[in-house]
Amino acid sequence: MSALLVLLQAATAPPPQAPAVSTAIGQPNAIAMVFFFVFIAITLGITWWAAKRTKTTEDFYAAGRTVTAGQNGFALAGDYMSAASFLGIAGLVSTSGFDGLIYSTGWLVGWPVVLFLIAEPLRNLGRYTFADVVALRLRQKPVRIAAALGTLSTVSLYLIAQMVGAGGLIRLMFGLSYETAVIIVGLAMLTYVLFGGMIATTWVQIVKAVMLMAGATLLAILVLARFGFNPVNLFAAAAEKYGDAVLAPGKLVANPLDAISLGMALMFGTAGLPHILMRFYTVGDARAARTSVFYATGLIGLFYLMTFVLGFGAMVLVGPDVITSVDRGGNMAAPLLAELLGGTAFLGFIAAVAFATILAVVAGLTLSGAAALSHDLWVNVIRKGEVSPREQLRVARGATIGLGLLAIALGITFKGQNVAFMVSLAFAIAASGNFPALVLSIFWRRCTTAGAVASMVVGTVATLVLIYLSPTIQVDILKHPGAWFPLKNPALVTIPLSFLTGIVVSLFTAEASAREGFAAIERRMHLGARPVGGED
Amino acid sequence: MAKHEQRLSALGAARWRIAGTLTAAMMLIYFGFIALIAYDKELLARQVTRGLTLGILLGALVIVASWILTWIYVRWANAHYDTEVGAMNE
Repeated sequence: MSALLVLLQAATAPPPQAPAVSTAIGQPNAIAMVFFFVFIAITLGITWWAAKRTKTTEDFYAAGRTVTAGQNGFALAGDYMSAASFLGIAGLVSTSGFDGLIYSTGWLVGWPVVLFLIAEPLRNLGRYTFADVVALRLRQKPVRIAAALGTLSTVSLYLIAQMVGAGGLIRLMFGLSYETAVIIVGLAMLTYVLFGGMIATTWVQIVKAVMLMAGATLLAILVLARFGFNPVNLFAAAAEKYGDAVLAPGKLVANPLDAISLGMALMFGTAGLPHILMRFYTVGDARAARTSVFYATGLIGLFYLMTFVLGFGAMVLVGPDVITSVDRGGNMAAPLLAELLGGTAFLGFIAAVAFATILAVVAGLTLSGAAALSHDLWVNVIRKGEVSPREQLRVARGATIGLGLLAIALGITFKGQNVAFMVSLAFAIAASGNFPALVLSIFWRRCTTAGAVASMVVGTVATLVLIYLSPTIQVDILKHPGAWFPLKNPALVTIPLSFLTGIVVSLFTAEASAREGFAAIERRMHLGARPVGGED
Repeated sequence: MAKHEQRLSALGAARWRIAGTLTAAMMLIYFGFIALIAYDKELLARQVTRGLTLGILLGALVIVASWILTWIYVRWANAHYDTEVGAMNE
């Protein structure tokens, strides 16, 4: 997860010293401020418009299920592509060449899995959260508590990483203080989600995805224009300047098992991320869910292909020395490239894109966390489904405020901490805590309540324990000489462990109702039906 | 009614077969790429033409393969799966 490590080092790096090169990065940039205020004005306008349309819990959590496949494709891309993928990967490629591209592919390969296994069944079987699907033929209370554990762990860890990254990046780009940046991100996000719910969140993600794709495409075109519009010429120029080694695998993948373990977390974690899964409830039917993943895979893949050009472009045109002198993590590669090719105006636009990117991701995370707290825990566990629609909406908004304030508090608490491992940990929990139980409950007749709960609890807890015992925490953070568990990411062990636990426990516990309920699940999964996920 | 049930499980089995095969293909492609990076760095360092190493080419092809696999699934689902679902919902 070095790409993220690199990104988040920005947060811990000392304020940039006056670099040898002349750059507007790190100083308040009037054009960046203008783009930033335009973005805030547009998104607040969207929120005001969305607030008038948010009347029921279905509007609040699922945008009234009126989002089209095309819109959801962009929103999925906007929900998923974090600043780590834009600034982190471009920076990693610009400083270490080919090794950075390993991440460009890893972040995409989870999407086909989402399409093949999860998107359509989820749309037909659930209502607001993935726990709806797991709990459908099982006992509500234990399943929802276990699923909320997995969801809230994933969301909190992801939020910490995003908020700390946001504070560092925005300080670097706009010259604001870390705390101010965290509070602005938290309050803006809270405004979107609290008043505009999923409708506003969806459109913020769409606007962000369009801005990100436009910024990256323009930057890639400007780079390629210098190399006869042929990326191969660009790679050749990089080899000319820095040696053939930059085009070949280097030291990043030293331990093959580490690489495979991280690959498994990325591949199956995407299909267990609560904020991504929640988006499938916003479309009208399973076919729209399917088409939306197809669009999202296209957009995200195109974006990661462009990171090849942006990374090597920054390497050749800006140079690794200059990039690391501005920010030792390398995160300013793409902004520096933009400044070089398009002046301060383009730099300002890219800075605004980075800001929009973080906001869209934290909004999606907060909404999915609020759904777990209010829909899964309050409505279906504490009140056993006997809740008036008004109370549901009130509790959902209360949970949103709580999570928004928590995100700000976590962002400030973890200031200066190395939180890079938290995104890989979030993916590992999603892959081991959420994904196996979801697959078993959808596809396996004999899955029982005890099996699903054991799979979720063991997957989540084992991931947390093993990451604590891994070199990621023991060596990198606690500075111990060695670690008890050899892998940096535990997914290689925890995903099979979670599946195995779910299967073995299910086989040893009989649950007639779960088994009899499977036929109805199968029918509804394929033929569709009125969505029922616990009580409304 | 029994015929309806049979038709449904046949549809479920067909979807599972396609989804399982395509998931396995995606895993094979991606983990194959990672394995090459881990175990045969020299092969990936080989230049196909000046500037284009096999590593960069295969990395880009992993992304293209993801597109192709999703396209295959969507085409199958739109043509066969949806038709059958539509017929059974009649």
